[in-house]
Amino acid sequence: MARFIARRLLGMVAVLFAISVIVFLIFNVVPNSDPAARIAGKNADPDLIARVNADLGLDQPLPVQYVTMMKQIFTGQLTSYASNRNVVEQIWEGLPATFSLCIGAAVIWMSLAVLFGYLSAVHAGRFADRALTVLSLVGISMPVFWLAAILLYFLSFKVQLFPTGSYVDLTEDPLDWAYHLVLPWFTLAVLFIGFYSRVLRSNMLDAMNEDYVRTARAKGLSERQVRIRHVLRNSMIPIVTLFGLDFGMVVGGGAILTETVYNLPGVGLYAGEAIRSLDLPPLMAVTMFGAFFIVLFNTVVDVAYAVLDPRIRLGEAAPA
Amino acid sequence: MVAVPEAPPGVPESQVQGRNPWYLAWLRLRRNKVALGCGLLFVLIVAVCLAAPLWADYVAHTGPNDNHITDTVLIDGVETDIVAPDGTPLGPGLRGRYLLGADQNGRDVMVRLLYGGRTSIYIGLAAAAVTTVLAVVVALLAGYYRGWIDAVLSRVLDVIWAFPVLLLGIALGTALAIGGLKLGVIAIAGDSIWIPILIIGLVYVPYMARPLRGEILALREKEFVEAAVAQGMGPLRIMVGELLPNIVSTIIVFFTLNIANNMLLESALSFLGAGVRPPNASWGTMIADGYQMIYTAPHLTIVPGLMIVVTVLSLNVFGDGLRDALDPKARIRIEANDAGRH
Repeated sequence: MARFIARRLLGMVAVLFAISVIVFLIFNVVPNSDPAARIAGKNADPDLIARVNADLGLDQPLPVQYVTMMKQIFTGQLTSYASNRNVVEQIWEGLPATFSLCIGAAVIWMSLAVLFGYLSAVHAGRFADRALTVLSLVGISMPVFWLAAILLYFLSFKVQLFPTGSYVDLTEDPLDWAYHLVLPWFTLAVLFIGFYSRVLRSNMLDAMNEDYVRTARAKGLSERQVRIRHVLRNSMIPIVTLFGLDFGMVVGGGAILTETVYNLPGVGLYAGEAIRSLDLPPLMAVTMFGAFFIVLFNTVVDVAYAVLDPRIRLGEAAPA
Repeated sequence: MVAVPEAPPGVPESQVQGRNPWYLAWLRLRRNKVALGCGLLFVLIVAVCLAAPLWADYVAHTGPNDNHITDTVLIDGVETDIVAPDGTPLGPGLRGRYLLGADQNGRDVMVRLLYGGRTSIYIGLAAAAVTTVLAVVVALLAGYYRGWIDAVLSRVLDVIWAFPVLLLGIALGTALAIGGLKLGVIAIAGDSIWIPILIIGLVYVPYMARPLRGEILALREKEFVEAAVAQGMGPLRIMVGELLPNIVSTIIVFFTLNIANNMLLESALSFLGAGVRPPNASWGTMIADGYQMIYTAPHLTIVPGLMIVVTVLSLNVFGDGLRDALDPKARIRIEANDAGRH
């Protein structure tokens, strides 16, 4: 077991390394993205550009630049080219908003997805199932930022039920915090509710034909007990896997669209701004941060599988 | 003559034997009216978007990128500003010109919607083709040769997979938009729609390649591959002639659903300014433009978004139907293909 975990951790470090190199190369090999020229302004003379280059260490060979940047990320010294502010601090400042958004949305999407998937499977083929299927298909077919914009227009502007974006800190006023986050939570959750409820439905329908379910019925358990304790519980495994991966992705700055439209000052919004100004240091840090969460949850899921199923430990990696 | 046998269930085995599997799949698909209807709807949307120049020339009399900020249009005999002095554009109404109103530059939204649909669907289809070709090649190589080739390719997939999809897409999109892309003989301009196509195509490769590789690995163990080897077939012939035909149904389903995902990713990238370059219209850029005026001219945001929802929904439903028809036991599980859309 220890060897399995060690192998996974090593793989995790390797993937993160590869990602950091790719991001670095994207911004250095691609033509015309020379940061010095942009910082120095439009009509800068070559002297000024050379000075900026020297200041930022951009006159060093690429591998040296890469090592310096990595060192700065891990010591928290990295500063942005565009705003000169400390990148690690800014990501840190974005965490409360991002975590508030993601955790709340995750609670909503897991509970509603399980509820909808369960109802759909139990009433398979009947009206409730059809209605929920249509709903979830519509949910996964909507651009998230569009849904956010539409909700803002109708519920915040027309009816004035909710505030139009922005974020209130939890420690400041818990009620206001939740009030400001209702729309973003729901927006971020819709897509996942659609996906998960469909996956759960088909898993439950498969599981209902399994022998152990027949055994459970033969033992004289009530239909309800069979469904919840046997069918639902066994059908939850793939959902939990998906959840691990998706949650990692959303926390890792993946909620850019939701954060942008609702103007939530989280990691995603920060990343969006950095990208627009082609600011390498924050992008590097945010991508590493995001990839770290994705890879971390990936590894956690793999290890959890390995704990549950010894076959995986000895052979191939866990199915995604 | 007996009627054509319907597909299972409830049909005696003897009646369906000897039919080729594609025909059986068609029989199953034919019974799924909703999926079929959605497939037709998608074809219809494509056809309407292809007819964009007709609408532009004969009905609206203006092109997709023509500004009319200071012009007026005759509505019910009254000369009306296309863009009011306070900047509010004309709303939708039943007429040939400006059927869906104008945007802040006085451009005809209906015309832009049709042209934008062409761009969005074209990107969806082309990126799906890119993804499919790359994923099939990777899956065949990794699944056939196994060993170190599989190990290397799988690690490459891992790396792309672990990238936050949207961040990767935006980073590439923004960086490439400045200087374009030069890869040996291939040169792509910064404002070309091939940049979003290649980015989207690349980003989704692992989502298709991983399950396909799994199928190839399983098929590789089957006797017919052994038989092919024994007959002296070369690796290429086995991969293309023996293994590929066995995953075609999976590829078709993935391809259809991939178009839907690509269109959503395109809209997200364009919304964040890293996809289709202005002034070219795509449904994503139209929402991005319109969103700046959401409180005064909501139709600019609502209309292109609705088109995305309808198109993507039709593809999703049709793709689902296709999967049920081609693979009644639902061997293919398309899960977790929701990356990069939050």
